[in-house]
Amino acid sequence: MTGSKKGLWLTTALLAPTTLWFLVMLILPLVVVVIFSFGDRAPTGGYAAAFTFDQYANLASRLKAFTNTLTYAPLGTLMTLLVAYPLAYYLAVKVDERWKLLLLVLVIVPFWTSLLIRTYAWIFILGGRGIPSLLAMIGFEDVRLINTSGAVLVGMIYGYLPLMVFPIFVSLEKLDKRLLEASSDLGGSPFRTFIQVTLPLSMPGMVTGCMLVFILLMGEFLIPAFLGGGKIFFIGNALVDLFLQSRNWPFGSALAVTLVIIMLVMVTLYMRLTTGSKTERDQSVM
Amino acid sequence: MSKSYKENQPISAKNFMDEFRRYQKGSVSRRHFLGITGLGTAMAVLGTAVPGLATRDAHAFGDVGNKMILSTWPNYHNPVNIEEFTKTTGVNIQVNAFGSNEEMLAKLQAGGAGWDVFVPTNYTLSTYVELGLIQELDLSRIPNYDPNTQNPTFAGPATINGKVYAIPKNWGTTGFVLNTDKIKSGPKSWKDFFDVTMGAGSGHTIVHDYQLTTIGAALCALGFSFNSVDQGELAQAEKLLIASKPHLFAITSDYQPGMRSGDAWMSICWTGDGKQLHTDMPEMSYVVASDGGELWSDFYAVPTDAPHLDAAYAFLNYMQDPYIQARDFESHGYPTSDSRVDAMLPADIVNDPILYPAKELMSGLEFGAAKTLTDPGRAEVIARFKSA
Repeated sequence: MTGSKKGLWLTTALLAPTTLWFLVMLILPLVVVVIFSFGDRAPTGGYAAAFTFDQYANLASRLKAFTNTLTYAPLGTLMTLLVAYPLAYYLAVKVDERWKLLLLVLVIVPFWTSLLIRTYAWIFILGGRGIPSLLAMIGFEDVRLINTSGAVLVGMIYGYLPLMVFPIFVSLEKLDKRLLEASSDLGGSPFRTFIQVTLPLSMPGMVTGCMLVFILLMGEFLIPAFLGGGKIFFIGNALVDLFLQSRNWPFGSALAVTLVIIMLVMVTLYMRLTTGSKTERDQSVM
Repeated sequence: MSKSYKENQPISAKNFMDEFRRYQKGSVSRRHFLGITGLGTAMAVLGTAVPGLATRDAHAFGDVGNKMILSTWPNYHNPVNIEEFTKTTGVNIQVNAFGSNEEMLAKLQAGGAGWDVFVPTNYTLSTYVELGLIQELDLSRIPNYDPNTQNPTFAGPATINGKVYAIPKNWGTTGFVLNTDKIKSGPKSWKDFFDVTMGAGSGHTIVHDYQLTTIGAALCALGFSFNSVDQGELAQAEKLLIASKPHLFAITSDYQPGMRSGDAWMSICWTGDGKQLHTDMPEMSYVVASDGGELWSDFYAVPTDAPHLDAAYAFLNYMQDPYIQARDFESHGYPTSDSRVDAMLPADIVNDPILYPAKELMSGLEFGAAKTLTDPGRAEVIARFKSA
């Protein structure tokens, strides 16, 4: 009796800091944002207390930002996956053990620098004195790369590649080689073995990687602003503008709440579709 | 004979600047610089009269703490001045750079910014005062500031209801810069600017990510006031901007990289950036539009809740020293409104048409208005233009 009581106290004491942290750092700000989203913009900007659905009624004025985000985020995730998978496969399966660690470190190293600086570097690579000037030398004049949708996608793939590579790498590395041998013994071609054995077994890594990248891309604002020349406008850009330029906190809050809801729905659907059975979910690396 | 005659002459402005450049580049010592320019003597003489200038060591300013936060604009201070201030006062300055007045206002409005000094533009001051976000300045703590040597056109907005809330930093114009190698038609006005954008220069124009200048330029092109908040006029400006959007290279206030790389041929531009671009690439030409535009002046102001007030005043006083102001001007290319500084500058700077545009062009320019900053209509127009 006293033992279990003591245990209860201990549990409470140990959980208290975490609970407090979540309340103050996560729940409270969210509550504030939800409250703001029903308010009015004060005449000089900021928040004025009110209860109105005006902000939500105005969401359609940012329709283009929603469609842009909902096009580029899934597309960017897919392309990152396509680039990351061969790299992860090579690192996990093909590469010599001696080089593995070094190559893995090389994948991480760019992450030590801020995304801002790395994206800025791309402005110069894709700008007129970068790749286009090289193309001009071999006869392709006036190629525009910077400030196009292609540049935005390149920036997305580059910026988030490691987040996709690592989960896939982990799930491929613990792949049981005997399964591949079994497949080949039973007459499976390498291609068929890849499609029917390797790919399904690396599914948890792909699912995790896609989720990490997709969620971050949905909130992205820096890459479209820098590499899209401010002409390709995401919800993230709309939020930055509303809070930092127009100082319309209530509308910004309404936009943020809507974005969170869209993401919750999409991620839930995605999880349902990709990890149907419990066993598969248990294999998930994260 | 002639030698001694020369020796007694004060140093010419040109020589002063040449010597100053040499000192800046590290070719000559500080001692040589102070000696040859006469500043050493001047400082010694002044030192007895103005205690603040006596010796530039840590004790000259008394104990003013060891840190402060300055929020300002990019490329807007001579690093030599910032370093020297730290060396003489022991105050380390954390510099934050901002891209628009709206951003600065948003940070202060949110509270807890922790800034000691920041650099707002003329038309925002009355809003800051109204919201109680900046404090009245105690001019007795800024002895280097002399209201009598200030050009009232630029210094004026700092005085609100008879109280001084800010001291002038620099002023300039908002026009546009163009690459004359690429655009031969010689656009002179905002109307030309948009015509070229949607014509021969399609795909190569930058407009600012800043409602004041971008909407202002469109309004001027249509023959309206730069500051208009009239709904009908704003709707027409919005139409023009959205029509030009497919022809733009970018919407960004960081326009120098695009202009320098040759991707962009024309951009809305501020004086100093126009000067910097022209200096490095002579084909860059800065145009003050004939159909209007902006005249502006920036100020140093102190937020109401500045945590390091002593350091803030020491900094304001240091920055008002004409010699320090001239050194700042030299590095960023934005003129000051202080006649003491003009007197120290060489003729080729004072006669520079980029820095000091002709009177007839200046007369068409407008100062930004307080209502332009806070008007929700303008905020929505720029947001709709960007998300279109």
